[in-house]
Amino acid sequence: MRYDTTLKARARQAGGNGVATAQPTGQAPPTTMSGAEIFLRSLEAEGVEVVFGHPGGAVIKIYDEMARIQPRFKHVLVRHEQGGAHAAEGYAKATGKVGTVLVTSGPGATNTVTGIADAYMDSVPIVVFTGQVPTNLIGNDAFQECDTIGVTRSITKHSFLVRDVKDLARTVKEAYYIARTGRPGPVVVDLPKDVLLAEAPFEYPEAISIRGYAVVAEGRPDKIERAARMIAAAQRPLFYVGGGAVNAGAAEILTEMARHTQIPVTTTLHGLGAFPEDDPLALRMLGMHGTWWANQAVQHADLIIAVGARFDDRVTGKLDSWAPHAKIIHIEIDQSCISKNVYADCAIMGDVKPVLEQLRPLVQPKDTSAWLAEIEAWRQECPLAYEEDGKLRAQYVIERLRAKTGGHAVVLTDVGQHQMWTAQYFRFLHPRSHITSGGLGTMGFCLPAAMGAAFGLRGLGSDLPVLSISGDGGFVMNAQELSVAAAHKLPIKVAIINNNFLGMVRQWQELFHENRFSHTDLSDTNPDFVKLAEAHHCVGLRAASPEAVDAVIEEAWKVTDRPALMEFQVIKEEMVFPMVPAGAATGDMITKRLTPNSFV
Amino acid sequence: MPDTLTLTSQQIIRKKAAGEPIEPNEGALIHRHTITVLVENTIGALIRVVNMFSARGFNIESITVGLTDDPAVSRMNIVTTGNDRIIAQVLRQLNRLIDTLEVDDLTNEEFVEREMCLLKVRYNGQNRAEIMDVNTIFRGKVVDITPYAMTFELTGPTSKIDAFINMMRPHEIIEVARSGRVAMKRNHVS
Repeated sequence: MRYDTTLKARARQAGGNGVATAQPTGQAPPTTMSGAEIFLRSLEAEGVEVVFGHPGGAVIKIYDEMARIQPRFKHVLVRHEQGGAHAAEGYAKATGKVGTVLVTSGPGATNTVTGIADAYMDSVPIVVFTGQVPTNLIGNDAFQECDTIGVTRSITKHSFLVRDVKDLARTVKEAYYIARTGRPGPVVVDLPKDVLLAEAPFEYPEAISIRGYAVVAEGRPDKIERAARMIAAAQRPLFYVGGGAVNAGAAEILTEMARHTQIPVTTTLHGLGAFPEDDPLALRMLGMHGTWWANQAVQHADLIIAVGARFDDRVTGKLDSWAPHAKIIHIEIDQSCISKNVYADCAIMGDVKPVLEQLRPLVQPKDTSAWLAEIEAWRQECPLAYEEDGKLRAQYVIERLRAKTGGHAVVLTDVGQHQMWTAQYFRFLHPRSHITSGGLGTMGFCLPAAMGAAFGLRGLGSDLPVLSISGDGGFVMNAQELSVAAAHKLPIKVAIINNNFLGMVRQWQELFHENRFSHTDLSDTNPDFVKLAEAHHCVGLRAASPEAVDAVIEEAWKVTDRPALMEFQVIKEEMVFPMVPAGAATGDMITKRLTPNSFV
Repeated sequence: MPDTLTLTSQQIIRKKAAGEPIEPNEGALIHRHTITVLVENTIGALIRVVNMFSARGFNIESITVGLTDDPAVSRMNIVTTGNDRIIAQVLRQLNRLIDTLEVDDLTNEEFVEREMCLLKVRYNGQNRAEIMDVNTIFRGKVVDITPYAMTFELTGPTSKIDAFINMMRPHEIIEVARSGRVAMKRNHVS
């Protein structure tokens, strides 16, 4: 495993050293203006469409200038800064553009921390602008001071503290460039109040050069040829596709290549939608709550082609026994993901899309019929199924929502059982149609992210419905954003899978902790969700039996001028299966409810 | 060291399947590595590098920072320990930082490594000559002297500094300051 020291040098030679091509900005000759106005003009020049923000003392000048100059972008006043950060994530994931957040110093900044960490784990391009106390007070424990750069250092791709108004426009440009290129991620820009008040001429830079920032696009030809030989030689090949394929816009070429070569495809949680799940080659999701047949295919494959995926522990389970017979080709833009968890026999550093385009002419159709037949047998052996006994279960709700939309919707989920059931039962068809908090697992992500996605789709002129699916536990964590969505007349469909429990924790308590349901019963503290919706100027609906589900969905779809909240009261005993217990081998899945602990 | 789950477990499974012999601790042997990093000389670049080590649970044995011939660029010399997998991760994570310009592991190449040490020792009529002898053997310099104490400056590989300090131990050492290691590849033309 020799480390390639020439990496940054190669990227420089390839012209990918962070030098952006000039973009016409249409700016008038430089005139002097306040730092706050320079900031707003820079966002305009960057093509920002929407800013999710909350004012406060340190950024009051920005909000003052906003009222005065009426910038071309929309500002959405969120009701909690965490909601703002998740909204920016939802916007970014739905559109592929960079999401923007603007908050004040101190608590405003710390409230975004969860959203920044979430974006870091899930490679979401957002730029978070935080107010800061004046530079002469930094370090003095001033009112609403917080070392924002220090607090966020481990959870950002990069961060900037702007100390001079002359650096402001260039910093904004660099922040957006870093957020969206390479492996996308969050960038924090800290703006001291005196910098916003100071005057300077404004000129938005046309090009930037960040000499330490290497963006590699194409893969090395010798590696591509090697990968092609490995694919040609494989008897039981498998595509393992992650969120990187969606980020790169590689769904189309991937789908074409899989069909051309007849290689089956399994996706991670974030890879859902990169390959249409109604295709016979689709094995659906792999990993902890993946399908039995996808995980069996991993365990029996002789070649795994990892495409923009990072071998997360929820995918691999016990590393020592994961994919024991497989050679690994790893196509990856982030060098630090290569051979981090699983050794890559052929690592191709590069952007997924150009690499697949390089690889495509070198691969021939394969006869994988015997391999596909084997997988089909596993599919028959243990299909995804749930009991139909007249009680309302989440899986049924998801299937009815799928039937209503035909898979043509942008679906967002929170974290927990409903998230896994949506991943298992929705059958996604399109890239960017599934948005969730995967890496960090942030409860409360879904509703604000759905709001952000809805703004994004509105900007794209898309009329795809936005469907937010939460559990009762997570929904309450950012329920305040309902009124924001209502104020902007966003017709989001908000489904709450209410089992009056923290369901996934309850499942682990039943399976691994001898039914001690410690602090997971929410029945005493859950609000009346219908009234909650109405209090936030939304429509509230409720279904408690399978028969009532379709009528509630129909009713919700009739609402076009505000969010419609659908509470589905499901049974609490249902568990997500199949399941690889944490730390167990991928081959050892629990496929149905057993006596507690009988498999341990 | 944090590593028991070696990355090469994948290779080991495969070797087992193929009936090939497996060395004990294969790929898991821990070595000391000297890594040089050129970074932007900006506020925060140093802390970002150090923070990466602590956030990801890597070890720092010695770290030095100083300017290069270009005032916009600082050079960091980091001595760390780890097995192959950990060192590869350290290098990749360093390279991934936006403030880093060049990352180089010198360990597998010919390189010069030096450390500087200041040592203050109390002397009297009896041991003064012996202390000066030790200094002469190690080719140190006297940089300060008072009627009771002398301060020496010594430069050399870490092992030489260690030996010098050990030879001074029988006398009354007042204070020791070591610079940490700086390193450079031999005959390196970039």
